[in-house]
Amino acid sequence: MFQARGLTKVYVMGEVRVEALRGVDLDLYPGELAVLLGPSGSGKSTLLNILGGLDSPTGGQVIAAGRDLTQAGERALTAFRRQVVGFVFQFYNLIPSLTARENVAIVTEIAEDPMTPEAALDLVGLGARLDHFPAQLSGGEQQRVAIARAIAKRPRVLLCDEPTGALDSTTGVRVLEVLERVNRELGTTTAVITHNAAIAAMADRVILMADGRIQSVRTNPERVAPREIHW
Amino acid sequence: MSALDRKLWRELWNQRGQVLAIAVVIAGGVSTLLMSLATLDSLTLTRDAFYRDYRFAEVFVSLKRAPESLREPIAAIPGVRQVETRVAAAVNLDIPDFADPATGVLVSLPERDGLNQLHLLAGRLPEPGRDDETVVSQAFAEAHEFEPGAHLSAIIDGRLQRLTIVGIAVSPEYIYQIKPGDLFPDFARHGVLWMNREPLARAYDMDGAFNDLLLTLTREGRPKDVIERLDVLLEPYGGLGAIERSDQLSDRYLDAELEQLAGMARLIPGVFLGVAAFLLNVVLGRLIGAQRDQIAILKAFGYSARQIGGHYVRWALVIILLGLVIGLGAGLWFGLAMAELYRGFFYFPYLEFSLRPPVIALAAVVTLGAGLTGTLAAVRRAVRLPPAEAMQPEPPPRYRPTLVERFGLQRFLSQPTRMILRHIERRPLKSLLSILGIGLACGILMVGRFQEGALDYLIQVQYGLAQRDDLTVTFSEPTSRRVVLELGARPGVDWAEPTRQVAVRLRQANASQSTAIQGLEPDSRLRRILDDRLQVQRLPAEGLVLSDQLAQLLGVGVGDRVEVEILEGRRERHRVVVAGLVREFTGLSAYMDLEALNRLLGEGEAVTGALLAVEPGARDRLVAELKAAPRVAGVTDRLTAIQSFMDSMTEIVLSFAFVSTLLAGSIAFGVVYNDARITLTERARELATLRVLGFSLGEITAILLGELALLTAIAIPVGFGIGWGLIALIVRGIESELYRIPLILEPSVFAFAASVILVAALLSGLLVARRLRRLDLVAVLKTRE
Repeated sequence: MFQARGLTKVYVMGEVRVEALRGVDLDLYPGELAVLLGPSGSGKSTLLNILGGLDSPTGGQVIAAGRDLTQAGERALTAFRRQVVGFVFQFYNLIPSLTARENVAIVTEIAEDPMTPEAALDLVGLGARLDHFPAQLSGGEQQRVAIARAIAKRPRVLLCDEPTGALDSTTGVRVLEVLERVNRELGTTTAVITHNAAIAAMADRVILMADGRIQSVRTNPERVAPREIHW
Repeated sequence: MSALDRKLWRELWNQRGQVLAIAVVIAGGVSTLLMSLATLDSLTLTRDAFYRDYRFAEVFVSLKRAPESLREPIAAIPGVRQVETRVAAAVNLDIPDFADPATGVLVSLPERDGLNQLHLLAGRLPEPGRDDETVVSQAFAEAHEFEPGAHLSAIIDGRLQRLTIVGIAVSPEYIYQIKPGDLFPDFARHGVLWMNREPLARAYDMDGAFNDLLLTLTREGRPKDVIERLDVLLEPYGGLGAIERSDQLSDRYLDAELEQLAGMARLIPGVFLGVAAFLLNVVLGRLIGAQRDQIAILKAFGYSARQIGGHYVRWALVIILLGLVIGLGAGLWFGLAMAELYRGFFYFPYLEFSLRPPVIALAAVVTLGAGLTGTLAAVRRAVRLPPAEAMQPEPPPRYRPTLVERFGLQRFLSQPTRMILRHIERRPLKSLLSILGIGLACGILMVGRFQEGALDYLIQVQYGLAQRDDLTVTFSEPTSRRVVLELGARPGVDWAEPTRQVAVRLRQANASQSTAIQGLEPDSRLRRILDDRLQVQRLPAEGLVLSDQLAQLLGVGVGDRVEVEILEGRRERHRVVVAGLVREFTGLSAYMDLEALNRLLGEGEAVTGALLAVEPGARDRLVAELKAAPRVAGVTDRLTAIQSFMDSMTEIVLSFAFVSTLLAGSIAFGVVYNDARITLTERARELATLRVLGFSLGEITAILLGELALLTAIAIPVGFGIGWGLIALIVRGIESELYRIPLILEPSVFAFAASVILVAALLSGLLVARRLRRLDLVAVLKTRE
């Protein structure tokens, strides 16, 4: 599904030069649920952003769903994001002026074969809160809207950046359940970034990152159900 | 409706305060443009239609007396289409219950299908054969509230004759009804009266003759050629020199007024619209800058740059269109009101209101252009960033110690003061744009106000320092100086001085100008010649002193000689040296030492008028006595003349000032308010953090508003400079040969502009402070890492 080779990324932020990725090789396989685990600053988010076409690497190559993202222009990247990937962010990033239903609709309207916003919200257990604005929803509910928004276009890959980072444990587990269900029922390749080691138990594979490099990759013999995870 | 459109409308609604403020800025620019151009177009159109429909003549000439048989040779001049002869006379009027001196001009009624037709507003024309019926001009009738049936008396050929007003009319010849030689119209003291020709001809010995002539020309007819032949033909009959339409008094004044209006119509809206466009560009740019993260999200979902651009362009379009619609409505309304005001001022019989589609298109194009450039530039900036980066908070801005601190003065600055100063210094361009925006608003506020003070100054100089006579007496023909001495000896007269006024045409090379030379005593007390610094100049013993305006028109300077053609008596031509120039705000005056002028004219100690300074209580009695005195053709009362002109002028100037102040004020408020709001959006996080750290509401309000206050304080003097520059531009743009407005800025102009800005800043500050109180600390801190 994804094939990254020799990825490097250097940020120049203000007067500081940050080497976020120092040569990463990574594969993601169709239908798997992978967890990228690592402390903050280890380069997880940068890697995810590059895989999703939100950012471009300084060096190296990414082949995603048969396309070379590193060679893709703005138009091709836009099409890639529109058709292939769904994103879930740590801070939900809902559009505050739109209701839950409309936040999903903003994506389904430009997708090729989407579910209805109602179906997507039903899938994440928010069928009853369709017309609430983000400000009227709890953090966990907002994140579930964000997940509904990400899966509504039936993406082949779901990329989640610290989806539970801003949530308490109980709410976080509910969000993970939704992710697990989507992965299982829709067969969507799912990559979850977290610094929370407990979450790694629900993955098919766990990729450990530190200092911009992949330290190790391990395969879980068995996926643990999210409701059995605590932190 | 798509979700994106819904986002559009909801956000527009949530930002309605700001949206409205921007729309008002646009409306201010647009409506000023529409108002000015619609007024100008309407007046020009109305004048042209009135001239055409009422067959306004193209060549005019007055003469002493010529037989009617001269008509044929005149009609035979190549280029002449239609000839109309008339009898006209200047008369003194006696108006019941009106003590002041009044003069009038009696004109024989136009022939059937003749030239300079009347537009009858009330009553009827005099019945044929009646010698006691008259139609009077509308301006005069309104000043005295005359209705058909009212009476007044005129001294016709030395006999007081009672006349009945049977009609009230306007004529293309007297749209700007002003007494020859006067600077300002005075409707109560000068009227136009039309009568049947026979009684006038009888009274003035014009049976089978005429003393006034009107011509229209064929398409091929060249006015200059016709005038040349006509002058030759009429010379034996005392012709006073033919003039073309553009030199005709009413048309000349009307043209100068329209020219001035055109100057205003080009400049002021240009300034307003330019300012509005600039602000729109800045404000929209900053508003979109604040949506950076939302743009990133849309990109992450796969929205293309074009779709996102389209979204924000629609957002800007709604605001711009709202502004255009408000501006169109307001401009139409103001334009109609201004045109109507001018219609009354000029006495047009009707108004052809015109708002040409190209004018509207111009306003729309300029506004859309400015708004969309700002929008697109900001969208492009936001879209260009990779979404991952755009979603990140902006990298910590590079602050550094401010200039003040680098000088080692930081111990005098509190922490919040340092934050304010560093913030301003870190974004010099943005701070500069804010200062420029507020400064421009301050500048256009000054534009709306300066005319009033400048007109006051003009009156003060012209009538307080230069022309100091209380009454001006005009004799019916050149008279001995002894008469002036007699006038001076009358009880109640403090001082009397002679004047000699003679109509001339001045020529130099190809330039020529009709005016009058005024002969004065060299040390005249009542009519003083002032130089640039308002110092009294003594008239040189020989030679002409010209107003700089006239000298410029003729292209002459001190030491040059000009040809003076005397338009009376033997009509001699002389070459006279220009001995001095004088700076005057009004008219095209020429002065000469009285004795030198008498020598030039080859006459003895002749005078044509007297200037009187009178005791305050004696005025009414003197006016009554002088009106009845022999040889007195007219008595003019300076103060009342100024007063009546000022009344009519003030209405127009003040209306314009009111409207432009209103618009400038709304622009100023729009700018300041938007500036404060956007600053709040941009700094909400920082301020919330400070609150969390234990700063009080008052302290963070001080940080936010301190910045606004500092920028405003810098912007006001900048605005003074901008205002001064704009006004200088406008003063140059509206200079006409009739008068120019001095570039005088009274302190009140500055004070007013500064106060409006301060009030706008204060109001915006209060509104923003209220929002600051409702700042949700936790929510603000949670939204972004």
